[in-house]
Amino acid sequence: MDKFRMIFQFLQSNQESFMNGICGIMALASAQMYSAFDFNCPCLPSYNLAYGMGILFVPPLVLFLLGFVMNNNVSVLAEEWKRPTGMRQKDPAVLRYMFCSMAQRAMIAPAVWISVTLLDGKCFMCAFSTSVPVEKLGNGSYTGLSEKEMRRMLARIPCKEIYSGQELVAREVAVRYLRCISQALGWSFVLLMTMLAFLVRALRPCFTQAAFLKSKYWSHYIDIERKLFDETCTEHAKTFAKVCIQQFFEAMNQDMGLGHTHSPEAAPSEVGEEKEKLLGITDQGTMNKLLKSWHKCKPTLCLHQEVLQNGNSWVEENQHRNHISLPKREIITYYSKV
Amino acid sequence: MDRFRMIFQYFQSNSESVMNGICGLLALASVKMYTSFDFNCPCLPKYNMAYGLGIMFLPPTALFLCGLILNRQSLVMLEEWKRPTGGRKKDLAIIRYMCSSIMQRAMIAPVIWIIVTLLDGKCFVCAFSASVDPEKFVGFANVTPTQTQLLLSKVPCKDDELVKNNPARKAISRYLKCWSQALGWSVLLILIVVAFLARSLRPCFNQAAFLQTRYWSNYIDIEQKIFDETCCEHARDFAHKCILHFFESMQQEIKLRRFNAPREEADRGEGEEDHLRGITDQEQMNELLKSWYYSKPPLDVSQATQRQQSVGRERLSVPWADSLSNRGNAPEKPKTSRQTDV
Repeated sequence: MDKFRMIFQFLQSNQESFMNGICGIMALASAQMYSAFDFNCPCLPSYNLAYGMGILFVPPLVLFLLGFVMNNNVSVLAEEWKRPTGMRQKDPAVLRYMFCSMAQRAMIAPAVWISVTLLDGKCFMCAFSTSVPVEKLGNGSYTGLSEKEMRRMLARIPCKEIYSGQELVAREVAVRYLRCISQALGWSFVLLMTMLAFLVRALRPCFTQAAFLKSKYWSHYIDIERKLFDETCTEHAKTFAKVCIQQFFEAMNQDMGLGHTHSPEAAPSEVGEEKEKLLGITDQGTMNKLLKSWHKCKPTLCLHQEVLQNGNSWVEENQHRNHISLPKREIITYYSKV
Repeated sequence: MDRFRMIFQYFQSNSESVMNGICGLLALASVKMYTSFDFNCPCLPKYNMAYGLGIMFLPPTALFLCGLILNRQSLVMLEEWKRPTGGRKKDLAIIRYMCSSIMQRAMIAPVIWIIVTLLDGKCFVCAFSASVDPEKFVGFANVTPTQTQLLLSKVPCKDDELVKNNPARKAISRYLKCWSQALGWSVLLILIVVAFLARSLRPCFNQAAFLQTRYWSNYIDIEQKIFDETCCEHARDFAHKCILHFFESMQQEIKLRRFNAPREEADRGEGEEDHLRGITDQEQMNELLKSWYYSKPPLDVSQATQRQQSVGRERLSVPWADSLSNRGNAPEKPKTSRQTDV
């Protein structure tokens, strides 16, 4: 049981490893969606291109945005970008790192869709059947057809049952030609993507590796900090609720004038424990103030109290912010004990 | 057994993850329902559109309502909305937050149904085959308008004799399917863009108030759960002591009749935790439950430590004083003789 919980917590602890899992699942889902999708070329002159290009590009866009939507870091990034500076400086390099990391992961499922579509060939064939070079592949001297008629006939190439232009250009020839180009494009795309990924991975340590390590660390830190804050708030809410309900029962007890002498809790140590869990925040107004200053004025990334008092710039400006930050400092040292 | 209970408790501890799980299950159920549903277009002039649009919109409505019903938070939200103010003020922002969270989760399964329906195309073809312009397609020359309508409405039925060998049938079917899929992908794209914008732009607006709303909405949920658990514990102890008392009084009666020497009173379980918290009979419990609804306690637990030092009612803090004195003025119910004396 503990093991299960540990695994679950581990996967959830690091947003990046969690997103890697989701990424893989989405790539598989993308391939599965393509095979389950019933491709249905309209075989009409102006509709073919629109349909083909639509199927080639709209689902990847959907998958790309879905990759962002499912990534919790999107709101973390937006929050970090938009928060007031307060006592903690903002680092654009960290924001850029987070954005790049999210974008890279979100691009995998669309790339899989585009590769699968091109390698399969139906889409390309549907979109470009009217652009087949008739002079090269077929009977160029076949006259008696207006431009429009010829286009309409060529548009029916993807639809086997209704193709009637066998004398103009044999259907199998056109299909093979189009599929060949489609697959060539598909493999080139795959090669290009892989090459890009390889270059990015291999060459990145050559450029500002130290700054990169810094950005990576602080980006993980922001993610973990937010998660821990949410967990702490949940724990606090639980304890608050327990104590509130206990007090309610006691109040009813007294109110009904029962005067039974019974101890509300078994031992004073339990009361002390509950009180400690509340971390000194015992009413709605204080909690609201805490949450507001968490957003407006995040604590500095410094766990030594002396530095705060010695730093000139902080002592000069906004003295009262230091007072408000006192409860938060307690929280930080509480964490450091754990 | 223990492991099962612990897993259950873990999943229930975070009600958001439970709701996400239910949401996902409903979405899968929606897809499964669609694939196992045997679509059967009537292929008659007026019935097609009604059937097609009905299949496209009625099941999503049912799924939406299911999503609302299965979400525990909807009851919590309604209760928070409708409760009397009592000692605790109501915050509309919390109710709005809970409402929007419930709606978002409930809308996922219906949207999936609609998109799968559009991408599959059968429904759209059935509903709109009679609305196609017949002049675009070869095969409808020298046909009267009524006959055209009849033929068009038979397009979704592949095996019908009238249109079996008509070359235009496949063309029309393909054309409509193409529109249906285009519409499906567009709807999906729009929804994803909206979701993406909502997710990424939300921290730009009033983030501090959002953090507060989210915390208190979570708090209300947890409080309700803990209150239910506390009441359960209380009921268990109540019943236990009631029954023990009953057995003891029976024993005493028997002893008296037999003129035995009175036994020492057994330990009344002082070692165990007192879950009764002083509420020991039916009227008291009823009063407590009524008061929980009509007058929830204010969100202020700083009295916890002060209470132990002094006795008496006057030290109770102001936020509760009003509601307490109101309760104190209510007419006392006569206590019956079934009071358990603990």
